[in-house]
Amino acid sequence: MSDAYGTSLRTAADWGLVLLAAIALAALALPLGARDGAPVGWFAEPLAPLFLAGVVLAVVGGRTAPSPRKGAWVELAAVALAWLLPMHLMDRGIDLSAGWGLWLFLVAATLLLWRVLGVLAALPGWTRSVLVPGLFGLGLLAGWEVLVRGFGVPAILLPAPSRIAAALAANAPVLWDDFRQTVLTSVVRGYLMGCGAGFAVAILADRVPFLARGLLPLGNLASAIPVVGVAPIMVMWFGFDWPSKAAVIVVMTFFPMLINTLAGLGSAERIQLDLMRCYAAGYGRTLVKLRLPNALPFLFNGLKINSTLALIGAIVAEFFGTPVVGMGFRISTEVARMNLDIVWATIAVAALTGSGFYGGLALLERLTTGWHPSMRGR
Amino acid sequence: MPTPPPLPSDGAPAPMPAPQPAPALSAAPSAAPAAPAAPAAGGRPIVELRGVSLVYPTADRPVTALSDVALTIAKGDFVSLIGPSGCGKTTLLRVIADLERPTAGHIAVEGMTPEQARLKRLYGYVFQAPALYPWRTVERNVMLPLEIMGLPAAERRTRAREQLERVGLSGFERKFPWQLSGGMQQRVSIARALALQPDLLLMDEPFGALDEITRDHLNLHLTQLWRATGKTCVFVTHSIAEAVFLSTRIVVMSPRPGRILDVIDCDLPRERTLDIRETPAFAAIAHRVRQGLKEGHSYDD
Ligand SMILES: Nc1ncnc2c1ncn2[C@@H]1O[C@H](COP(=O)(O)OP(=O)(O)OP(=O)(O)O)[C@@H](O)[C@H]1O
Ligand SMILES: [Mg+2]
Repeated sequence: MSDAYGTSLRTAADWGLVLLAAIALAALALPLGARDGAPVGWFAEPLAPLFLAGVVLAVVGGRTAPSPRKGAWVELAAVALAWLLPMHLMDRGIDLSAGWGLWLFLVAATLLLWRVLGVLAALPGWTRSVLVPGLFGLGLLAGWEVLVRGFGVPAILLPAPSRIAAALAANAPVLWDDFRQTVLTSVVRGYLMGCGAGFAVAILADRVPFLARGLLPLGNLASAIPVVGVAPIMVMWFGFDWPSKAAVIVVMTFFPMLINTLAGLGSAERIQLDLMRCYAAGYGRTLVKLRLPNALPFLFNGLKINSTLALIGAIVAEFFGTPVVGMGFRISTEVARMNLDIVWATIAVAALTGSGFYGGLALLERLTTGWHPSMRGR
Repeated sequence: MPTPPPLPSDGAPAPMPAPQPAPALSAAPSAAPAAPAAPAAGGRPIVELRGVSLVYPTADRPVTALSDVALTIAKGDFVSLIGPSGCGKTTLLRVIADLERPTAGHIAVEGMTPEQARLKRLYGYVFQAPALYPWRTVERNVMLPLEIMGLPAAERRTRAREQLERVGLSGFERKFPWQLSGGMQQRVSIARALALQPDLLLMDEPFGALDEITRDHLNLHLTQLWRATGKTCVFVTHSIAEAVFLSTRIVVMSPRPGRILDVIDCDLPRERTLDIRETPAFAAIAHRVRQGLKEGHSYDD
């Protein structure tokens, strides 16, 4: 039964390979690029035929591998080799913008990557959960790099990833100071205060119903307040250093946490509450043994939303006044000085921090709420 | 309170108790001849209801779930509540458990108000649904009431193990509720109620979700437990055979409004095996219950 399935899959895959080969053959007839205005063919460059031979060998090797899974790994090497060719040509000073043969070749390589990812995504475990997204991201970065450099996009509009990485490395001490100021000081403190206060007030509002009734409409109001409005006011109130940033974050994170906690506390089922009542468990016991564990998925929801909000809040707030350090400050000053590389490097740091923060929380959620239907069997 | 000797259990991780009919089971009771702590029927009243009515205030019109219910349950009684769906069986049980306050009438549990009885944790309640906490393992679910009572950890564990074995679930301690079948979950909830070792057991269709064989098996366990410990049981069921097999008295209820139609004494010997269901005495009582239920239904038409 599984055999029949496997055979049909491989047969279908062969047609895909024929298409790939056709595209690659067409690519061979077109130039690789141009040097000093004159087109450069596949065999005018000493190493280009070697790359080509390597790719063909790897694809053939992949097709004859004992299992589709091993074949996928070998074909992955072919993809990598194909994407290294434009890098090599650019190093040799060839202008790729007119190299239609090369672009067509890269289209074929991308289709091959598609097929490989399709095979790998069907494998269970870390291949599917880590490797496939990783390869996908790497493919995007490679495409970005080659397109930006190949077509000579001005760095002021969009620098290539390698340039951003270089700027990151060159400005590491400055960026580290910014990171420490914005993330380790403002965000962490503001986040803890905002989420902590939201949680504490939710517990209080749960006991004192009029508080919940009064606060929830305010929550809707607060979520509509723009950061750019709050930030200058907080800077006036709390000064240039981290307290004003933390205050902005508290304003942004308090209500999402409050609302999520209240929803979580209200999510216990009647029969579960009746059980606690049977055991003559008081308010505190019921809270600890039933309502809080039951609210965990909601709490994590609030924490995850707030992780993004806090980072945005701190960076935007720094536009309105800060000591001469911080990610928001860096972006605003370096944009003015047209140092876009550093701006992009800062954006990269912010993006990595944000996804790390979110990912950490998601992992913690998985560890603590594995029992929840939305998490089971993942 | 004397702890009962462990009852025959079908042993480790079989997903359902092994269906071993007549021979093995009927042999068990004869091994323990005289039931120790079973008081004679008609002992001291443990639950007394007089003129109890309950009206649920709903959005469109109030629903009368109980109307002028009078019932006395003596210590050591096994009382079954039977009646069509929606006749107020669950409501009656919830009133005894102080989960619902009657709108009229008087009720006493062990001579106290139901609230005092609840605060003293005098009863164990098995709900119509398992109501297990999904973040706790099976064992920790059974230990939950013991945790709230403040028992030491070692005692909690031994009691939980003991009760899980009784319902044929040893080997499943570390599983989570959602890894168990519906019937197994319900057995966990029975173990959880038994772990409290209450004198009064309130059970709302505990075996409703189980297959016939498992149901027979647990019925036998339950009647042996009841006989061995002298517990008082109030048991809701839809099955006439189950009611007659287990009970000393059967309360037949009828809906709209929920009231008691008839209380039938079930004077079979206290020591019961599954074979008793074939006897003429059993058939006669079952017939009376069926007649009572029919009366309730004709009222509807
Ligand atoms: N919380 C409630 N609010 C309003 N009405 C209710 C509530 N609980 C029960 N009722 C009504 O009270 C009546 C009796 O309900 P109850 O749950 O006691 O029936 P039951 O005999 O246990 O039925 P079943 O055999 O289906 O479990 C029903 O008509 C039901 O609609
Ligand atoms: Mg019911």
